[in-house]
Amino acid sequence: MLTIGLGHYLTVSAILFVLGIFGIFMNRKNVIVILMSLELILLSVNLNMVAFSSALQDLTGQIFALFVLTVAAAEAAIGLAILVIYFRNRGSIEVEDVSTLKG
Amino acid sequence: MIAALAFYVFAAILIASAVMVVTSRNPVHSVLFLILAFFNASALFLLAGAEFLAMILVIVYVGAVAVLFLFIVMMLDIDFSRLREGFQRYAPIGAVIGAILFLELLFVFGSWQFAPEANSLRMNAAPETGISNTAALGQLIYTDYIFLFQVAGLILLVAMIGAIVLTLRDKPANSRRQDIAVQVARGEAVTLTAVPPRKGLAELGIVRRPLPAPPKPKAIHGHGHDDHGHGHDNHGHDDKHGGGHH
Repeated sequence: MLTIGLGHYLTVSAILFVLGIFGIFMNRKNVIVILMSLELILLSVNLNMVAFSSALQDLTGQIFALFVLTVAAAEAAIGLAILVIYFRNRGSIEVEDVSTLKG
Repeated sequence: MIAALAFYVFAAILIASAVMVVTSRNPVHSVLFLILAFFNASALFLLAGAEFLAMILVIVYVGAVAVLFLFIVMMLDIDFSRLREGFQRYAPIGAVIGAILFLELLFVFGSWQFAPEANSLRMNAAPETGISNTAALGQLIYTDYIFLFQVAGLILLVAMIGAIVLTLRDKPANSRRQDIAVQVARGEAVTLTAVPPRKGLAELGIVRRPLPAPPKPKAIHGHGHDDHGHGHDNHGHDDKHGGGHH
């Protein structure tokens, strides 16, 4: 109980991942909270990689987590930019309206 | 002992703040709890020995991404009460899917065992002693992973340019822009003249140009760039060239 191993980290990251998925379902209309849930999911993935990296004494996991971090930052920037122009066009950010964007 | 207690504290706060991110009514509170979650995750990274990633997580996420979220939430005038309508409706199915997913993850990770030869399969074994985590990561990233590192920079560049292009609005009416072609093709030149003392400029035939007329407000066109260039050219030089550059 008082020695922290790989299993503890994996449990925490699994809970975090499930919370992220749950958040996407809960906030079906609010794109901002959906993006935040995505950030939570990516954070849990990073936690997994760091846990394995420290359990196996292998630095590859940390390097990969670094690249995941980069892509997550880029994704947040682009997603929020799209959100801003969508709000400018429509005056709301409801996800159900997004299907009208086609064409 | 201390590390174990710290792990439990940070993990508990992390999970609690993640719950608050997902369920809180006000998106501003969601963002603030997201920041708290990132801080605790970086503490967990520190406990796992990934010091560099912990600091990067604080800098990148708390310093950039969460602030970006906060800006967007506060900048857009969104009626958030309308966005919460489906909350009760979607909660059960979300809970069911989350529970199934969690059970699956437990089945996978609960019976996790490393193969005996896992240690020999390491790609980049961490150095034993005498070198910090940051230095070890740097020695790998700048040598073996230099191409991926550059590509990561390129991804960030593309994201930056994409965000700028997406959100840049064409400036309205009387904003002036530089039109390099017009500027280069401008025929008017100021000649240097030796002016003897105690003689006025008017006596030498040097006339000061009249000040340009104030810009007229223009209708916004679809392609505004040429338009503004012309506008800049027209006032001020009309007397000499008749606006003949275009």
